[in-house]
Formats: sequence, structure tokens, C-alpha cells
Amino acid sequence: MGVSAVDAAVPVVTGIGVVAPTGIGTDAHWQAVLSGKSGISRISRFDPSPYPVRIAGEVPGWEVTEHVPGRLVPQTDFWTQTSIAATTEALADAGVDPKELPEYSMGVLTAASSSGAEFGQHEMGRLFTQGPDWVSTYQAVAWFFAATTGQLAIKHGMRGPSGVICCEQAGGLDTMGHAKRLLGMDDGTRLIVAGGTDAPLCPYALVAQITNGKLSTVDDAASAYLPFSAEASGYVVGEGGAILIVESRESAEERGVDSYGHVAGYAAGMDPPPGSERPPALKRTIELALADAKIRPSDVDVVFADGAGVPELDLAEADAINAVFGPGGVPVTVPKTLTGRLYAGGASLDVATALLALRDGVIPHCGGFERLAPGCDIDLVRGQPRQGPLTTALVLARGHGGFTAALVLRRDQA
Amino acid sequence: MSEFTLDDLREIMRTSVGVDEGVDLDGPIGEVEFAELGYDSLALAEVVSQVNRRFRVSISDDEALELTTPGSVVRSVNGLLAQVVR
Repeated sequence: MGVSAVDAAVPVVTGIGVVAPTGIGTDAHWQAVLSGKSGISRISRFDPSPYPVRIAGEVPGWEVTEHVPGRLVPQTDFWTQTSIAATTEALADAGVDPKELPEYSMGVLTAASSSGAEFGQHEMGRLFTQGPDWVSTYQAVAWFFAATTGQLAIKHGMRGPSGVICCEQAGGLDTMGHAKRLLGMDDGTRLIVAGGTDAPLCPYALVAQITNGKLSTVDDAASAYLPFSAEASGYVVGEGGAILIVESRESAEERGVDSYGHVAGYAAGMDPPPGSERPPALKRTIELALADAKIRPSDVDVVFADGAGVPELDLAEADAINAVFGPGGVPVTVPKTLTGRLYAGGASLDVATALLALRDGVIPHCGGFERLAPGCDIDLVRGQPRQGPLTTALVLARGHGGFTAALVLRRDQA
Repeated sequence: MSEFTLDDLREIMRTSVGVDEGVDLDGPIGEVEFAELGYDSLALAEVVSQVNRRFRVSISDDEALELTTPGSVVRSVNGLLAQVVR
């Protein structure tokens, strides 16, 4: 086949694994999204009554021993465990047995944000109440940002270029962009385990988030998180995320597997400091991602928005989308309304959902509200999914502190 | 203080560091290397730390590195317990 060197390096996504409030497994998640089934409810992991935030998106029906080898359970936080489960599913979905590929040709790039907060809180509690001898040895490896990447690399024997990206909600897209760069370097890397999950639901992690002032304190699961709505009151937090197998087109063709689509373009930006006269980075980041993909705004069929749920941030995002695409010029959706914002897992899950949308030719809807906020005159897909052929999706993400990323995904032409 | 047995160690291994699929901790593991049972140095450090706390002995990290089998841990702990009794 006449595959050029450029085409050979194009990063395609061949496997998806999901652990999210919408369900465990890609199929469960996608069915929940299409039927508008929310995973947000009152927090059950601990008693939330003393806190101003009492609802969140929790992963339903999680049994750790079904997903994580016995030796790994005591040395990992729930965050790492959800990534282990999602990676197992993603590798199987891609038809990859890591033992059959050269160990230096595979890398792991995960996003991290809350890291092993619950594990850390437990061990810090033991330190303060019982003394240093009572702290688990695994505290040394369980709670820091690189723990998930490290455990996945060890478990699957992947010794190629690896790392962890900490850009809060934007990190999931950054892993995809970085994977694209690595696969284009022609250094023998053929496959990257990308994406990420998060586990921000323990008292220690929750109170740290509450200080940012952006979490909704509305005590009703159905109306607490309504991005772009006139009733927007902040966001809801959730746990889980998605893992994506990203490999060069050459690698996928050699293995004889299909892909969901390819990573066509990526850009990252950083907002100016508070009080600056300069505009937020999002519009420019979208333009750069489209330029990287060598496409025009009119080529984009759907935008998966960041959907902060904070009125001024929603308005800024609507402004950026309308500036690039024209007012109401492109369908916009926010499946996060069913899960809450999953930080390191949030954009990763949006990438998974966007690829499923491209596969099935359907834009998932966001439910729960009627009126758009003044100024947010975007074509938000509401009420029911919108059917139609889709070729190109743009995924947006913004992380606390100004992190901004945009990713263009395109379906491979049959 | 009562004797420290291989079963005591098995229970600590199960609850503190877990067991790999395909490993039978109930088998004759006394003289099997920890590495062969799937336990690395970090796992051994955690096991020894638990033994120290529960049986009020004091095996240092350096001493722990010399303990390469479950049997050697049992002998070391019982040696220390005998000193305490005396």
C-alpha cells in the first residue's frame, strides 16, 4: 500500500476503556449517554453532610477485585485502580497483547490531578494519630502524580516514552496531543496508552476543591450542574475517566485492526493572569488546533465543550466558539452534565465519547434545562440526541489556573 | 510472648500486600524466595513493618533486606521474641 511517511505516523485511536459515573465499560457509558442517564447523586463514599457540597458523580457498582490484581490493591489509590481497569478494557478493545510488541515501542502518558488523595488522607490520618511506623510503605508510590503511569507501565511491560501531565481538566487532551507528537518522531514508538482517570471524592480532596469557589452548592443532582444555562451555579465533581490506545496508523494497519478515528489536530494555551487586558486563550487555541489539523471551522461537525458551569466561564467559552464558528454555527454538547467534571478524567472521557459519536453518527444531548444564559447563544444539543453523519469533532478543555487545550478528532474514511 | 508462626506471616502478607494470581500462600512456602512469590523489596518492607508493629519487635530495613524467604522472617522474629522473654 502506498502509505506515505506522514500518513504512517498519523495517530489513530484503536482502543477505548471507560470507568465513569455513567458506568463501567465503554458500552455501559455510551448507552447511558445516549439515554441521558445521569451518574450524579448524593455522595456515598463518605458522609458529606458537614460540607457545602454534597453531590457528585460516583462510579456505580465498583468491585475492586474484579478489576485489579490482588497484589496491586493495597498499593494503589482508587484513581490508579480505575485507570488499571480502563486500560485493561482499552487494550482488549484494541486487540493488543503488550507481550507481543517490543517493550520500548510502547509508552504510557496519563493525566493526573487529584492524584492519590484518598490513599494519602488515610495514611496521613495514621501518621497523625498513630505515628510514622503505621504509615503504609506504599504511601511512597501510591499518592503522587506519576503513580498511575508507573503502575500501568510496569504492569504491561511498556518501557517507551512515558510521563504524566498535570493540567487539571485540560490534561486529558494534552496526553493525546503529546502522544501525537511522540508517534511523529520516528524513534520506534508505535503505541501510547493515553488519557486518564481521577478520584477526587474524599473529604481531603473535596475541601481542597471547594476553595476554588466554582463548585455548585445546589443540593439537587438534576439542577446543580447546568453549563451555558441561565441557572448555572457552578460545577459538580465526579470520579473516573477513560483510557485511549493511540498508535501510529502504520502500527494499526500492520496489526490489521480498525480505528475509531485519528487525532488530526491539537493545541494548548494558557490564559493570561487575572486582571490582564489580554483575552482568554481558548479562541486562539481552537484556531491553532484547526490549523494543526489543516481544516476550516466549517469542517467541524460537533464541539464537545469544556462546560465549566460557572457563568463568566460559560460566557467566555460561548464567545470563543461563536468567534470561530459564527453565532450558533456548530452543534455544541456537554456530556459532562451526566458525570460532573472529572478533572484528569474529564477531557479523556470526552475524547472517548466524541469517538463513539463519530462512530455512530449521533451527537449526545445534554438534559435538564431549558433556557440558555444571556450571551450564550450557541447551538447546544438538548432534549434528545441529534442524528446525522459526523466526520470531525472538536473537544475543548480548560483547567483551573488557565490551562487550555483543543483536540480535533476525525473519523477515518472507509 | 507466644511464638511467631508461618501462618501469622501468611495472614500479614494476605492483608497488607496481597497475593498474586497463581500463587498459593498456603503451600510449603517457608524456603521459597519472596521474589518467586511475586514480592519485591517494597512489599517486603511493608510486611516487615506490619510484623514489627503487631509483634512489637524491631527489624530494621537493612536487616529486612537479608530476609529473602518467609522462613527467614519467622526465624528472625522468633529470635527477637526470645531475647525479649529473657
